[in-house]
Amino acid sequence: MLSYIIRRVLYVIPIGLGVTVLVFALVHMSPGDPLSAVVPPDAPEEMVQDLRKAYGFDKPLPVQYVTWLGRVLVGDLGVSVARGREVVEELRIAVPNTFILAAGGTLLGFTLGAILGGIAGFFQGRWIDKLATSIAITGVSVPHYWLGLVLVIVFSVEMNVLPSIGMGPGGSTAWEWDAEHMRHLVLPVITLAVIPMGLITRTVRATVAEILNQEFVQALHAKGLFQRQVLAHIVRNAAPTTLAVMGLQLGYLLGGSILVETVFQWPGTGSLLNSAIFERDLPLLQGTILVLAMFFVLLNLAVDILQSAIDPRMSRR
Amino acid sequence: MRSKRRLSLRNLAIGAAAAILLAGTVSAPARAGGTLRVGMTAADIPLSWGQPDQGFEGFRFMGLMLYDGLINWDMSSADKASGLIPGLAESWSVDENDKTKWTFKLRKGVKFHDGSEFDADAVLWNFDRLFDKDSPQYSARMASLVNFRIPSLVYDADTNTKGWKKIDSHTVEFTTKSPDSFFPYQICYILISSPAQFEATGSDWNKFAQDPSGTGPWKLTQIVPRERAEFVPFEEHWDETRQPKLDKVVTIPIPDPNARTAALLSGQVDWIEAPAPDAIPRLEERGMVISSNLYPHVWSWHLSRVEGSPWNDIRVRKAANLAIDRDGILSLLGGYGVKASGHVSPADPWYGSPSFKLEYNPDAARALLAEAGFGPDNPVQVKMMISASGSGQMLPLPMNEYMQQNLKEVGIEVEFEVMEWQSLLDRWRAGAKAEQAQGANGINVSYTTQDPYSSFTRFLRCDLHAPAGVNWGYHCDPEMDELLKNASLAFDPAERDGWLAKVHTREVDNALFLWVVHDVAPRAMTTNVKGFIQARNWFQSLTPVTME
Repeated sequence: MLSYIIRRVLYVIPIGLGVTVLVFALVHMSPGDPLSAVVPPDAPEEMVQDLRKAYGFDKPLPVQYVTWLGRVLVGDLGVSVARGREVVEELRIAVPNTFILAAGGTLLGFTLGAILGGIAGFFQGRWIDKLATSIAITGVSVPHYWLGLVLVIVFSVEMNVLPSIGMGPGGSTAWEWDAEHMRHLVLPVITLAVIPMGLITRTVRATVAEILNQEFVQALHAKGLFQRQVLAHIVRNAAPTTLAVMGLQLGYLLGGSILVETVFQWPGTGSLLNSAIFERDLPLLQGTILVLAMFFVLLNLAVDILQSAIDPRMSRR
Repeated sequence: MRSKRRLSLRNLAIGAAAAILLAGTVSAPARAGGTLRVGMTAADIPLSWGQPDQGFEGFRFMGLMLYDGLINWDMSSADKASGLIPGLAESWSVDENDKTKWTFKLRKGVKFHDGSEFDADAVLWNFDRLFDKDSPQYSARMASLVNFRIPSLVYDADTNTKGWKKIDSHTVEFTTKSPDSFFPYQICYILISSPAQFEATGSDWNKFAQDPSGTGPWKLTQIVPRERAEFVPFEEHWDETRQPKLDKVVTIPIPDPNARTAALLSGQVDWIEAPAPDAIPRLEERGMVISSNLYPHVWSWHLSRVEGSPWNDIRVRKAANLAIDRDGILSLLGGYGVKASGHVSPADPWYGSPSFKLEYNPDAARALLAEAGFGPDNPVQVKMMISASGSGQMLPLPMNEYMQQNLKEVGIEVEFEVMEWQSLLDRWRAGAKAEQAQGANGINVSYTTQDPYSSFTRFLRCDLHAPAGVNWGYHCDPEMDELLKNASLAFDPAERDGWLAKVHTREVDNALFLWVVHDVAPRAMTTNVKGFIQARNWFQSLTPVTME
């Protein structure tokens, strides 16, 4: 078990380096001048060259990569070209905001998904199964931004009961866990939760159905266990698969949904990426993608370790 | 077992109903009195250190709120063209004997938000900030945002020759490269930051931006990147007529037009910039006020004059201008626009008296094309670069498609190269001969016509093609150059306007662009917003606004 964990942790180093190469290459291979969005079109070429030099964009790409990597290793992700702010500082503000949204989305998605999936699995083939499956399919098929806009139209514009944008009346810096701020969370969380809900419903349904058909369940019933006790065994057996799917979903949600955060003006990593893309802010773009990619890597690591703790067979593979 | 399952299903339903009821009991937030919340189109709060980014919206909702220029824009009237008025300079004059020397008499008793005194040293310090790379306050980023707007000012880095000099504590002399009557229109974009506050914030512009200090009518009290900026009145502002009436202004970046509309309709903001034209009827239906006014903007096709371009034939250019059903395009815009009859509107002092009228006359257009050797079997083929969205671009895709149809009807086949806004601007900067232009014969970028240089010189003067400027189409007409030169040498405003009117007359009579509409800058607000005067300007003042 321990050797598995150590081996798994060591894998993170080459994966992380690979991620830096990919992030840097992808960002720099995209067409367009990194300064074009921040310099007015009328600015003279000499001024553009001065800025290019000031930000180090005049150096060859391998040199830029090595310089950037050197800084990344000591926790310096550079300075945003458009805003002049430290990328680390930008992420320090945006990541917790996305985390609030992702945690809410995952929690809601997981809860609804587990309930719907469990019900569908237990009542396989009956109307309740069909209903739960239809909800799941709708969940994974509905485009995020469309659902977000519809929710805004219904609950904000027409009914005027929930806010359509932002993290609260005072913005994210004044965030508190009170009713007023929670109201701002409702619509984006629902929008974000539909995909994980759909995926988890389908996963739980399939897993529960499969477990129910196994002989040990009949044996447990034959032993005279209460339904509650049998259920506990089923949940324990279904947990590793569900956990893996949920971990992946949390990873996706932590990456920040550009569309959902844009529709609801949620100041997280998704909206940070959106402005970095539109302003071609390379330091901000590559810093944000790197941090999100590393989140994903670390989250997978955590899920793998957790899975091996729940199911020791995993660590022997 | 079955009964247990039914029980859990019922519990589920009860739980869901309780959750819905709970959501319904939460009430809407209370609104603070005297606070105006504005939804901007920008994706972020404009830079607050002096020279803003985010184009003219940055000037509108940051630059001109916190700062003054030596010369300001008059934003007090909705009925006349907005001109220049004294700002931090009480007066300015050009030397009668040497027309490259300008003397600016500075206003006395003006204070920055931090309490420090505004004087000639502060002016010199601010110009060093933009030009002198050896000065501790030099900012390459800030310089890149504004120096191109003041091309006349003398500065030579090699010899450290500066075109700004202190005469006494409240008099500054500026020197231009050559006599240039447009200089006041250039210097008005330079906003004056506080040297004392720069020092107090550790000589770091990023820290200054968090706690900025200018002389403008508003002070910044809070800035949350990408979320909000809060302003309160600066009660010691030197101009009593511009003393803010509100307690507070909050600006919120909401780049998506649907999100802006929803934010207004759900009561999260009181005012939104640029609602989508198709949302305006809905906003009106819900009791919102739509404010609009003509301002110096033109939506046009900038035509290529490089060898081989069909637009080199004046008959083709005129035919295209006569083929456009501008009324139809206005209905597409919900009526929020004004038909173009030139680069500037007839209400502008620079309009002149062009004889070529931009009317919808497809028959005349077909006749002109036939005269030029084109016909149904031999249509004119042009390729246009357009964007899917962008600042000031209005509704670029439907408008261009409408024009494509209009032009096809007279015998001009248009092929579009659609691209993202920044890519279009890259190509605009590169010029029509550049490889990026991919042989395009025109580009659709909307323009400001706020000052003579932005309106005419940069597009028409022979030497201002890439990389020296944005004469994208390589237009060159020595006679036009002469008219522009005469305008820049006319220091009497009426005489200067007279020359500019001749420039515009020649421009229209030669159909140098394909002009379509002028925007009227619609903005939507609740009925609680009172006192706003929408000036005929890209910039607006929030100082007379109150909340009922």
